[in-house]
Parts: sequence; structure tokens; C-alpha cells
Amino acid sequence: MFFTRVQAEPFDLGLEHARMARTLAPAAGAIVSFVGQVREAPLFLEHYPAMAGRQLDALLADARRRWPLLGAAAIHRYGPLAVGDPIVLVLTASAHRAAAFEAASFLMDWLKSSAPFWKKAPEGWVEARAADDEAAARW
Amino acid sequence: MSVRLLYFSWVRERIGLDGEELSLADLTAHSTDVAGLIRLLSGRSPGHAAAFADPSRLRVAINQQYCGFDARVGDGDEVAFFPPVTGG
Repeated sequence: MFFTRVQAEPFDLGLEHARMARTLAPAAGAIVSFVGQVREAPLFLEHYPAMAGRQLDALLADARRRWPLLGAAAIHRYGPLAVGDPIVLVLTASAHRAAAFEAASFLMDWLKSSAPFWKKAPEGWVEARAADDEAAARW
Repeated sequence: MSVRLLYFSWVRERIGLDGEELSLADLTAHSTDVAGLIRLLSGRSPGHAAAFADPSRLRVAINQQYCGFDARVGDGDEVAFFPPVTGG
């Protein structure tokens, strides 16, 4: 069970998790989930539609080559988002927890430094952080 | 015969367009790599000049794949210019 989605509407962590858990039982012993959400101020998320899905798919394929994953998902939103709104969901499933934890961290690090999305805050475009590139480079 | 250009984030705002078509005749008069394309585009308007003033702040994708400034640009390619990404 591997999929990515790029969408304006909210996602439901509980629903996505339950679906993956049901689909991958009894092989999966671990499912890790990460939700990134808007902090401090409302944001507008611009994206490159033709590339965003392709890039997320490529990251999932890369993660599958590195870890024995049974499932993985990446959902990223775009458009206007309020403080506290979920932006991104990553799910990873494997027989044991280490692979699921590591793959989820890898996916988020690379998503942040390569998926074509741009955050605009009320005071202007958010600058990329060197720390995010460094986090991706450690893999 | 043309190249499809796409602009995102502050590149789009400085240029004032989210994209444009460029004829290949314009392109071959210069160089046909990304660096040559940037030199050509910089002369199109003050907005273009502002957007391309510091290429080290830009990222490029040809046909939705990241590439370097030395990548060749071919007929029918979709070339996107944007700042380092900030999603997640």
C-alpha cells in the first residue's frame, strides 16, 4: 500500500492510519505517522502541480529501496491554511519499528528540501532553511 | 517550436507572469543550456532582470525533474524556475 496525494482539502489522520493498519494486518508490526501543521501565522501554500506528485512518488520509491517497508503514504496540501491546520501527512509501515521510524524521518527531510511547495506568510515568502538541506543530506 | 517556461513563488511575482512560451529561434541565438536561457530571459523586462539577478537563489527543473544550470534545453521542454522549496 503505497500512495501520494496533493490536495487542497484537509486529510484525516485517523482514517488514513486505520485504512493502512487494516490493509497491512497481520504483516505490519509498526506504523509511524507524522503530521506537519501550520504554526504562528496563516499561510498560503503555492505548488507546482505537474511536479509535486511526481516528486513525492520518487521519494516514496527511494524510501522503498532503502527500508523493508510494507506501506508508505505522503499527502501534502496546498492553498490557504489557518494556524493549526494540517499541511502534510507521512505514514510508513514495516514489520518492526526501526525501519518505519527511519523511513518517515527520511521522507520528511527530503520532502522539505525537494517537494515543489512554497509557503507565503502574511509578511512575505518564507525563506528556505539551511538546516533543512543539512537534515536531508545526512541520509 | 518552443519552450514552455513556468515561474513560481517570488520568481512569478517579480516577473508578473506564471509562465510564457519562448520560441526556439530566440533560444538558439544564445546558448541552449539553462545558464544561456537565464541570460536571455534577464533582458526581457525589469521584472525578469530582478527575478534572475542572483541565479544562486534559483532552482530549475526541466520536464518536472531538478537539473543544473548546465543542463541542455530542448524543443518542447517545460522549464520551471523557482526559489528553494519551503513545503512540509
